[in-house]
Amino acid sequence: MSTDNVLLTMRDVRIDGYSDDRWHHIIKGVDVTLKRGEILGLIGESGAGKSTLGLAAMGFARPGCKIVGGSIEFDGIDLLGLSSAELRRLHGSRIAYVAQSAAASFNPAHRLLDQTIESTVAHGIADLETAKQDAIELYRDLQLPDPENIGQRYPHQVSGGQLQRVMTAMAMSSRPDLIIFDEPTTALDVTTQVEVLTAMRTIVEKYNTAAIYITHDLAVVAQMADDIKVLRYGETVEDAPTREMISSPKAAYTQSLWAVRALAKPPQPALDTILEINQVHASYGKSVKVLNDITIKVPRGQTLAVVGESGSGKSTAARVITGLLPQLEGEILFNGSALPRALKNRSKQQLQSIQMIYQMADTAMNPRHTVRDIIGRPLNFYLGLTGAAQDQRIMQLLQLIELDESFLDRYPDELSGGQKQRICIARALAAEPELIICDEVTSALDQIVQEGILKLLLRLQKELGITYIFITHDIATVRAIADQVVVMFQGKVVEQGGKEEIFTPPYPAYTELLLSSVPEMDPDWLTQLQQQRAEAEA
Amino acid sequence: MNTPNTPDGSYSASNEVTQVKARRSVLQNIWRTLKTAPPTAWFGMIVITLYLTVALFAPLLAPHGQAQVFTMAYAPWSDEFLLGTDALGRDVFSRLIYGARNTIGIAVATTLLAFLIGGSLGLMAAISRNWLDQVLSRFVDVLMAIPSLIFALMLLSIFGSSAINLIFIIAVLDATRVFRLTRAVALNVVVMDYVEAAKLRGEGLVWIMRREILPNIMPPLVAEFGLRFCFVFLTIAALSFLGVGIQPPTADWGSMVRENAGLIQFAEYDLTAALTPMIPAAAIALLTVAVNFVVDWFLHQTSGLRDEH
Repeated sequence: MSTDNVLLTMRDVRIDGYSDDRWHHIIKGVDVTLKRGEILGLIGESGAGKSTLGLAAMGFARPGCKIVGGSIEFDGIDLLGLSSAELRRLHGSRIAYVAQSAAASFNPAHRLLDQTIESTVAHGIADLETAKQDAIELYRDLQLPDPENIGQRYPHQVSGGQLQRVMTAMAMSSRPDLIIFDEPTTALDVTTQVEVLTAMRTIVEKYNTAAIYITHDLAVVAQMADDIKVLRYGETVEDAPTREMISSPKAAYTQSLWAVRALAKPPQPALDTILEINQVHASYGKSVKVLNDITIKVPRGQTLAVVGESGSGKSTAARVITGLLPQLEGEILFNGSALPRALKNRSKQQLQSIQMIYQMADTAMNPRHTVRDIIGRPLNFYLGLTGAAQDQRIMQLLQLIELDESFLDRYPDELSGGQKQRICIARALAAEPELIICDEVTSALDQIVQEGILKLLLRLQKELGITYIFITHDIATVRAIADQVVVMFQGKVVEQGGKEEIFTPPYPAYTELLLSSVPEMDPDWLTQLQQQRAEAEA
Repeated sequence: MNTPNTPDGSYSASNEVTQVKARRSVLQNIWRTLKTAPPTAWFGMIVITLYLTVALFAPLLAPHGQAQVFTMAYAPWSDEFLLGTDALGRDVFSRLIYGARNTIGIAVATTLLAFLIGGSLGLMAAISRNWLDQVLSRFVDVLMAIPSLIFALMLLSIFGSSAINLIFIIAVLDATRVFRLTRAVALNVVVMDYVEAAKLRGEGLVWIMRREILPNIMPPLVAEFGLRFCFVFLTIAALSFLGVGIQPPTADWGSMVRENAGLIQFAEYDLTAALTPMIPAAAIALLTVAVNFVVDWFLHQTSGLRDEH
């Protein structure tokens, strides 16, 4: 067994999940072989079964799931034959897990250091003092600021990227042989993601830990993994070393995974301005200023992309435009006339002409309303359509968003993520608006679904002449859809201009940082970036 | 499982795989749920049904009128007076049956009113989240700081203890609890994007309350309705026992316990006589327990905290 240094062998693993009164096959016979010190990238869309497979590598099945077939062998131990007590001893000592949402995985009432070393001490791997010293060492390895004292803080006192690194430290503290990373950087900004990826890679290499890295982002996995396995519907689509996979993906499905990156909207001449934001200041409460002297012009019939990391004020800008957060100073001109600051002072027609689409389609639709109710309400509210006329218009809208009448009486939880977002688009279109604000509308979706939504939005713009304000942190999306780009940082506009202009050097310092942090498909990208940034500092 | 690709290989949004729940009628759904009910819930439901039947058909079931006075006071249990007669010579069994109607009727009316007041104010407070929320919440805090039984006694002696006053006073006092619960659960829904979307559309307060929020907070409210009913029921019984609740000659279980309480001391001579005041008390207890069983089961059903293994 140990001659070829294999750590984990999964053979023909099959997992069933229970939902809607039936058992469904989630994983349909997948093989995994992982050697010591190697990193395997598991990639696929949501529902592909990658998290389920990742957990199965620990011998664990989520509630509502069961492992029905195959074998899972970890370092010569048959994981499926172990009792839950024996498995528990293995977890947190020899196998560790890093979850997507670090904020949800930490107990807000305990200090970071205590949580980092808890399982190590509980498993009796090290005594309290040694574990504490070791944790500080790990914090240093992970390039956390002030490693001696950061452990004394509570989870809410550090940033998302730092918390994710602390979680990695927690997983590493017992020096496991295997770590499962489940989408650890998906919730982070690109600029933070780079730091976290670098830290994770460094530490995994330093201690020669084997890892399974689960993500839906091919460019990210290209930086981390030695081998990549593409999953779809619980089956392996393609399996290859990273360089081979990136340079010559074989399966058509793998090729389609980076379809969005290939989309690019041709530049168009600027027209008259539909919306003008003039020297707007806004803040929550009295003290925190979120928008500082913002001036933005939105050309009619085009797409303005607002980019920046979280906290840059881009969503706040949307709230000011819609009137949810009245600005303190400055004015907003819509079609040349000033919009009242507060929502309640705006006329029905003003409300109708600016519509909004949200990031999370799940929470943007009332779970107790059917598609008919959701799309029908704005038709009734703004246009006074009822009965058959309303139904007819709903059908037209459904056709417009490429869905059919079978969706009329479905509830939101009976739709896929992409379908939900399409219904939200239809709801916005129902009001027949001139301007739609899209707040990160594709960032919660899979690549292939993203592409579909972006194409749909582009087509609707062409056919109906709608103007979009597209808030996003994803540069690939900006390339795909934008005409004009606004870069925001800490409540200020860094740059505004045509897409070509913004994406051509020389850049202002922040734009440079943002653009250079977007992962590229090249496996050497992260290494090169590290070198460049190290040189720049020196 | 099928793929979101059409036969020619292109992508199609409507072909994406999702699970659509089977469409069942309301009756089918109720039956499916009932089949899984535990014995305690069945017991509760049967008891509640019995009580409701008795309450609805009281005039048909009772052998005598509730205020009908017979010549024989304190008659022992017999074929004519199943549970004997009270101090004024009224048939205890008939009064017990009418008592179901009066006590439960007033308790249900009070609970409904409490929910109407507390629920709508709670929703309004949760949506507005401004000075209105502050004013209402602090006012409720003040009301809740005063022991409610003493407060009710005081108010009833000020306004007089008619059935209408009783309903209003207890409803207002209990509305404070309903307000707190409604506000708390509604706050979780108010922050959802779909409520913001409705506000952006320009919807009015009532529409947002009724269409966007209420459907999403029904389960805890329904459960609270059951519990609140129990408390109201007990409060009314307690007030009646103290003599300020439902007034004679209207039959009611609380006052029946008080009127016949003296009979307990005769236990050593006639056991049945001592049981007479116990029976309305037991009727109160049994209904409370039954409602609690059903509420427990309902909460378990809707909380989602079920073990999936």
